[in-house]
Amino acid sequence: MFFQQLVNGLTIGGVYALIALGYTMVYGIIELINFAHGEIYMIGAYAGIIAIAAAQTLIAGGIPPIAAVALALLAAMLVCAAYGFTMEKLAYRPLRHAPRLSPLISALGVSIFLQNFIMIAQGTRDKVFPHLFENTVAFDLGSVRVSLIQIAIIVGCFMMMALLHLVIQHTKIGTAMRATAQDKTAAALCGIHVDHVISVTFMIGSLLAGAAGVMIAMYYGLVNYSIGYLAGIKAFTAAVLGGIGNIPGAMIGGMILGLLESFGAGYISPEYKDVIAFSILILVLLIKPSGLLGENLAEKA
Amino acid sequence: MLEIRGLHVHYGAIHALKGIDLRVEQGEIVTLIGANGAGKSTTLMSISGIHAPSSGRILFEDFPVEGMRPDRIVRAGISQVPEGRRIFARLTVQENLRMGAFARSGSSVGNADLDTVYDLFPILRERRLQRGGTLSGGEQQMLAIARALMARPKLLLLDEPSLGLAPILVERVFERIREINRSGVTILLVEQNAHMALHLASRAYVMETGRIVISGDSRVLVGDPQIKRAYLGEMDIDTTQKPTRSA
Repeated sequence: MFFQQLVNGLTIGGVYALIALGYTMVYGIIELINFAHGEIYMIGAYAGIIAIAAAQTLIAGGIPPIAAVALALLAAMLVCAAYGFTMEKLAYRPLRHAPRLSPLISALGVSIFLQNFIMIAQGTRDKVFPHLFENTVAFDLGSVRVSLIQIAIIVGCFMMMALLHLVIQHTKIGTAMRATAQDKTAAALCGIHVDHVISVTFMIGSLLAGAAGVMIAMYYGLVNYSIGYLAGIKAFTAAVLGGIGNIPGAMIGGMILGLLESFGAGYISPEYKDVIAFSILILVLLIKPSGLLGENLAEKA
Repeated sequence: MLEIRGLHVHYGAIHALKGIDLRVEQGEIVTLIGANGAGKSTTLMSISGIHAPSSGRILFEDFPVEGMRPDRIVRAGISQVPEGRRIFARLTVQENLRMGAFARSGSSVGNADLDTVYDLFPILRERRLQRGGTLSGGEQQMLAIARALMARPKLLLLDEPSLGLAPILVERVFERIREINRSGVTILLVEQNAHMALHLASRAYVMETGRIVISGDSRVLVGDPQIKRAYLGEMDIDTTQKPTRSA
């Protein structure tokens, strides 16, 4: 039981972490809670399904399962990066100097728009992610059953987080993102094109959410236009738990939330999964709003 | 090298700059002095493209730069050391410096540039892996200047480099500014420490509530009784001598 819930928790936690990163990166740089971020994740799941369907239709004899997964991930990441870029440019950039509530309302608008757009374009019924692998059980010890997909998701999440860490800490654009997050005017005076850095931040956050969408679609097998809502709020909870604006915080927050949910579902009752997640959100906001790794706001000055 | 003509800047309802005229020639050190809120920092921020002027011209090497994007202005050759230093506290010293060179193409920014600024400010070499926020005020000022130099500016704008520094450090910073100028960088210096600024600069402009009220040779202005009284903190009984007021 313990080991089973541990694996389940890491799987879902990794996905929460990937989505939470987009929330936290965007918040870190423009102090906006991008409520449309969950929708980007949902679009990623659809993009993956459509890419596989297209490839299987166009290529005679279909494509190997591994190639299908790779294609789905690639398509989702590209499509989501494009959505993230466009969303920022159209819905948030014009409000850069507006009162803080305005972009927040705009984000809610984008969220509703995207959800309805996908509902109209793809229909209200669940879409099935193709069943790609025949035998998906990696090992089965009677009480513990771990699938290949779970292992792939856990490994994939960790790889993407490691890659993100490298980009943020060791590349020129990553350093510019950190600099811009700290002081936009000083960054501009250094010759950094701040709008460009903000666009890149949205694109990176969105492509991570897109990858998460494909992973979840593969894991559960079904998606629909409304999955972004709950996943979005859960990932937001993870970001707040870790400390909004803090990148390692989002990773840790996602993992902790996934594990708590999973253990809660296993030891208490599966129905309490969401109750646990939102109790955490409320508790963190009440007791330590800066989160586990969040810095004092005073330090930012 | 830099010519400002009739520059007006508004912040909402506030008319911050009311027609500034200012020139800086190649190789000069020019200072802009005046009380708090006179519009000195606004002038520098307008040159750097952070504030868009409502009217007027800013010509850099005879090319209009007003309303241009800040990163393009840096690329054109104007760097600024902003008031309060504004170093990136959570980036290391070396990362701060590399950000200073952001606008230049990646490959040409080698360790040679870092070595140049480390030679100018040896303490930064020692501290290169420390976070900027852990440096002392004087070291942060040096880092801010070094960061601006990483862009290889032709014109360096300095906003109150003496602010909050002990007198001994102020002198050290001013020495470095003179050294930077000797290496061929033109300097426009905003200061509240009028005394130090007038001794360093060859020419000076005095601002009051969004206007330039006095301008001229620094050596002349140092002796000007009104300047002495208002900005150098010296009392002068002789008020019959009128200063040259600019239009």
